Amino acid sequence: MIVNNAASRRWKNRLALCVMVAMVLASLVPLVSLSWTLVSKGIGAVNWQFFYHLPLATPRGVGNAILGSALVLLVATLVAVPVGLLVGLYLAHFAQDRMAGPTRSLLDVMSGIPAIVVGMFIYSVVVQHFGFSALAGGLSLSMIMLPIFARTTEEAIKAIPPTVNEAGLALGLPRRRVIMRIVLRSAMPAVLTGFFLAVARVGGEAAPLLFTAFGSNSWPSHSVKDIVTFKPLTEQVASLPQIIYEYAKDPRPEVVSLAWGASLLLVGMILTIRLGTNMYIRYRYGKGGA
Amino acid sequence: MSTVSNNFAGSLVNRSAAAPSGAVSRLSATNIVAGFGEHTVLKGVSLTISSQAVTAIMGPSGCGKSTFIRCLNRLHEEIPRAWMKGTVMLDGQDICDPQIDPVAVRRKIGMVFQRPNPFPTFSIYDNVAVGLRLNGMKRRADLDERVEKSLRHAALWDEVQDRLDRPGTSLSGGQQQRLCIARALAVDPEILLLDEPCSALDPVGTERIEELLIQLKKEYTIVMVTHNIQQAGRIADRTVFLLMGELIEQGATADIFTSPKDPRTEAFISGRFG
Repeated sequence: MIVNNAASRRWKNRLALCVMVAMVLASLVPLVSLSWTLVSKGIGAVNWQFFYHLPLATPRGVGNAILGSALVLLVATLVAVPVGLLVGLYLAHFAQDRMAGPTRSLLDVMSGIPAIVVGMFIYSVVVQHFGFSALAGGLSLSMIMLPIFARTTEEAIKAIPPTVNEAGLALGLPRRRVIMRIVLRSAMPAVLTGFFLAVARVGGEAAPLLFTAFGSNSWPSHSVKDIVTFKPLTEQVASLPQIIYEYAKDPRPEVVSLAWGASLLLVGMILTIRLGTNMYIRYRYGKGGA
Repeated sequence: MSTVSNNFAGSLVNRSAAAPSGAVSRLSATNIVAGFGEHTVLKGVSLTISSQAVTAIMGPSGCGKSTFIRCLNRLHEEIPRAWMKGTVMLDGQDICDPQIDPVAVRRKIGMVFQRPNPFPTFSIYDNVAVGLRLNGMKRRADLDERVEKSLRHAALWDEVQDRLDRPGTSLSGGQQQRLCIARALAVDPEILLLDEPCSALDPVGTERIEELLIQLKKEYTIVMVTHNIQQAGRIADRTVFLLMGELIEQGATADIFTSPKDPRTEAFISGRFG
């Protein structure tokens, strides 16, 4: 005999659906409230001078922190990208199982190291000998970027079907060229996504910068002579996350407002990077690209 | 760079002038034994390939057809744990000699794969041009000329000439496969290997490729793996039957199809297994 419990099933189904929708809404509350707070408190600090004035000028601005963030991210990129690309390529294409396993574990452990510990490490091996500098800040960020970028690169290259590699070899091209110029280029949309993911991730890091790049209330040196001798890299620089950390603790409301403005700018920049990457990849490589 | 294009033009002339259909054989394999790790796939296959003709290699799945043609351009050795013994002679030179650079071998022996595999993120133009570019051809005019020539050879030019900058992957399956043929032809090989080139295509796409191969055999020596008996019958001048890593029978396609000498060949052709 068939027991008809379709009605009770329908009710259970509706109930489950209601609970899920409620949870989705609940999880949106922090995001929406964060965005609202960020915009409402931050927008007041943002005006034209905000982008190019120094923190102690009137009106106050975070121009040097924007420049400093760009500087440390540039250093981090220059270190992490070539190393990460080669490590990713190695893992995807060359590593025997015996070597690949430990390398991957190492990267995974590395990506789990707390950012502040990375900062302390760079402090002890670099800063204690050469002083605070954008270079030290960039190095600490590169240590956080590297494992993320290397693993996403590995996955990006592995996602390219082996027949692409074979087709390249069958054209009578040396293996090195097939990998560097065909396989890597085929994987480029995903590699780029991984890169910008890593940049967005470290762009908001304050902890490792506090005791490597330290911070500054003035502009990096910018005479022609200083720039060609890379002097700005050897100086301590401000950065957006660091300025937020410093100013949020200040008793004066107008300084705290500056921290909110910098927060809004930072989130805006990270969002722009993410959306910009997606749009660029879609434009450059078509829909099938990413 | 002009030497490259001169060679290209020159070799075409030589090919059509020197060797009328099926005249001289330039490629032959002797006692090929090959496999992966412990597993032996080919158990001593010897075969002489007729020039300017289509040779079809037939056989059921797993008989070693693909492994055999991958030995001819030394692509087999790129697979981990793969090994091979025996000799493959091209113009009197053993191309399996470890002293010989497989890269040079593959310049002369092009290959088209089972599934169309245009390079992802490459435009139609770049798919054809990349082999030339990476071999040092830089001048845009030379590249344009060769790309057009290769696409015309592959009977694809008319369909794609107004959208060369679109991704190669935006084409239909049959067009993609002709793009892969154009890509292989662009680097000016003399022999073309095709590994079941139509198995992923619909009947219309298959017909276009077959017509194309009949055109191409005037200039190129073609070796094609197929598990489609009718296809071998339609376009192959010579047919080879492989079974479990052994060459059972070879000969002119008409002979193989009408009077096979070996009962296993007959059984396969009449569709009793495979």
